[in-house]
Amino acid sequence: MTDPLPAPLAESPLQPLPDVGGPAQALLSVSGLTKTFAGRGKLFGGRAGAVQAVSAVSFDVRKGETLGIVGESGCGKSTASKLIMGLLEPTAGEIVFDGEALGRDAAGLRRYRRQVQMVFQDSFSSLNPRLTIEESIAFPPMVHGMARKAAIGIARDMLAAVGLQPAQYATRFPHELSGGQRQRVNIARALALRPRLVVLDEPVSALDKSVEAQVLNLLMDLKAEFGLTYIFISHDLNVVQYISDRVLVMYLGRVVELGAAEAIFAGAAHPYTSALLASRPSVAGRSREAPPLVGDPPSPVNPPSGCAFHPRCVFSEAVCATTRPALLPVAVPDRQAEHLAACLINQPGSGHSRAPKAA
Amino acid sequence: MSALQSQSQPLVKVRDLNVAFVSKEATLHAVNGVDFDLAPKETLCILGESGSGKSVTLRSLMRLHPPRRTRITGTIQVDGTDIVAASERELSSIRGRLVSMIFQEPMTALDPVFTIGKQITETIRRHEGVSHQEAQRRALDLLELVQIPSARQRLDAYPHELSGGLRQRAMIAVALSVRPKLLLADEPTTALDATVQIQVLLLLKRIQAELGMGVIFVTHDLGVAGEIADRIAVMYAGRFIEEAPAEALLEAPEHPYVEGLLGATVTPASRGRRLTAIPGSPPNLRTLPVGCAFAPRCTSAEPNCRAAVPDLRALAPDRTVRCIHPAGLRPSMPPAMAFAAEERAP
Repeated sequence: MTDPLPAPLAESPLQPLPDVGGPAQALLSVSGLTKTFAGRGKLFGGRAGAVQAVSAVSFDVRKGETLGIVGESGCGKSTASKLIMGLLEPTAGEIVFDGEALGRDAAGLRRYRRQVQMVFQDSFSSLNPRLTIEESIAFPPMVHGMARKAAIGIARDMLAAVGLQPAQYATRFPHELSGGQRQRVNIARALALRPRLVVLDEPVSALDKSVEAQVLNLLMDLKAEFGLTYIFISHDLNVVQYISDRVLVMYLGRVVELGAAEAIFAGAAHPYTSALLASRPSVAGRSREAPPLVGDPPSPVNPPSGCAFHPRCVFSEAVCATTRPALLPVAVPDRQAEHLAACLINQPGSGHSRAPKAA
Repeated sequence: MSALQSQSQPLVKVRDLNVAFVSKEATLHAVNGVDFDLAPKETLCILGESGSGKSVTLRSLMRLHPPRRTRITGTIQVDGTDIVAASERELSSIRGRLVSMIFQEPMTALDPVFTIGKQITETIRRHEGVSHQEAQRRALDLLELVQIPSARQRLDAYPHELSGGLRQRAMIAVALSVRPKLLLADEPTTALDATVQIQVLLLLKRIQAELGMGVIFVTHDLGVAGEIADRIAVMYAGRFIEEAPAEALLEAPEHPYVEGLLGATVTPASRGRRLTAIPGSPPNLRTLPVGCAFAPRCTSAEPNCRAAVPDLRALAPDRTVRCIHPAGLRPSMPPAMAFAAEERAP
């Protein structure tokens, strides 16, 4: 089914909200975003320390792009997505959507959530088991004031747009669908409000490979059809490489590298990114004997000093344990400017023996 | 079993294995006529999607299914021991000593109320009746074998005190405590982070070479299979549909499903082109089609495919496929074309 949008949707009362700042302005701009979870009391009276899940994270999402976010468990990628969705309140930092700062007032949040929607990894737990598929998809438009009948109409159009025959699926319940079909329903629900930004948190990680490809193709089609911008969070580097225009790599709550997907996958600037890329299992890797990295990712409860990666890094020197590297442009002349890395190796005058000479 | 015999004979011999789960409502045909051999010291990967029967096949080798609801027929021999006919009593001495298993989720495989050391020593003493000190000494050796740092302290650690990667290593140590001849691995690295997954895969490879075990490794991940397997068997709807040496299978698959799976898997080379997904979804195991179970999704299916399940045919001495028209014998259409027809059908 490659039909264009069904006609009723085009004239639905829920039009996508207009572009404010023009194409040059970032759709979403995050600066200094920090989230600290207060330490909980332990079972026998002790106090656990506070956890800084996301620390001073700043990045832009450009209009029409797909920004991939990668990192291992505990790196803060899911917390970051919840902050962006307004599901968590940041400890510090600012989120600006198309020129407008995200406040906590109800009207502003409501307007924001119309434009930013999310798809989760677990397709089953994110659907209400007591609602039929069409009721689930119609729910967001109804919350935003649409009459039930019109909302059901939109739901059926969205079902068709994600490749599920409305006549066949609209009145089924979530448990009657396969995992891939349920994820299509979640995507349809996210798109029912005609959002401009969709945050996809591991949307294909729970799917079988043959179904994963179907859903990735669908996401690419919908992006073109609806003019969407994606934030795509995944631990699967192959999928991120496939779908992303730019990639952001997180380690222990901080951004360690950010740049165009081609640049990062062709030559990562941060040793962590290189190790992550080299860790992908493949037939070509059969002859290797030593793993690219040893040890587990450290706990965010007690992060290492200086660069959080230094205890696992093969290039680590004394300076790495004391100086936390800032996220700065990579000093390689023939590369495009937009490649940032937080590693002293790339920073002239940082005191690391591999760093380029200060000019 | 003498060393001489085990060199000439396969470690595992499975013939016409059928496993069905019976309930009042329905009978689920999870495994439908599986045959394979595993040579000593060999690693076989069983590759398949959810519901393909790969884990059920694996668990049958230790008879871990609920006995009342499970119907197992066929032959399973491990090192000459008949697993299907074994009594519960025989099974409990087989499990751990002859055949051992590691799982995806160590937190549910390890007992949370005993230390790692206790769980290893208990296994050793249960099977070999050695002294406590001797068992302790061997437990320490095992933790060093699986490269757990500061092993002596970690003997007294409870599972929840370890990180995910260390817990996985501890579970491997428990499984290896009585030096089994056959290690079964059910997606042991799927829940791990990328940088930890590769460490555990390399560890398993090294330990296997050191201890000379046979390994059957179940996974849904082509990359993992490529990294670790000597041979790969692909399962679909409870049957082996293709079996070949790992490189050969990943380089030039013969079965249309395996071709499709490779085409649908995102690799670094996929960037910039549309993925060739397999249309549809796997069949319902309650009501399997009469013929080839993949025929409803296959672009090269013909009436013969739907008439009866195709026989396994040998394309080379070490290579079999269950298909009427495998890639090597098909006239011309390149596989990429065959699957490009897919669009957004659910």
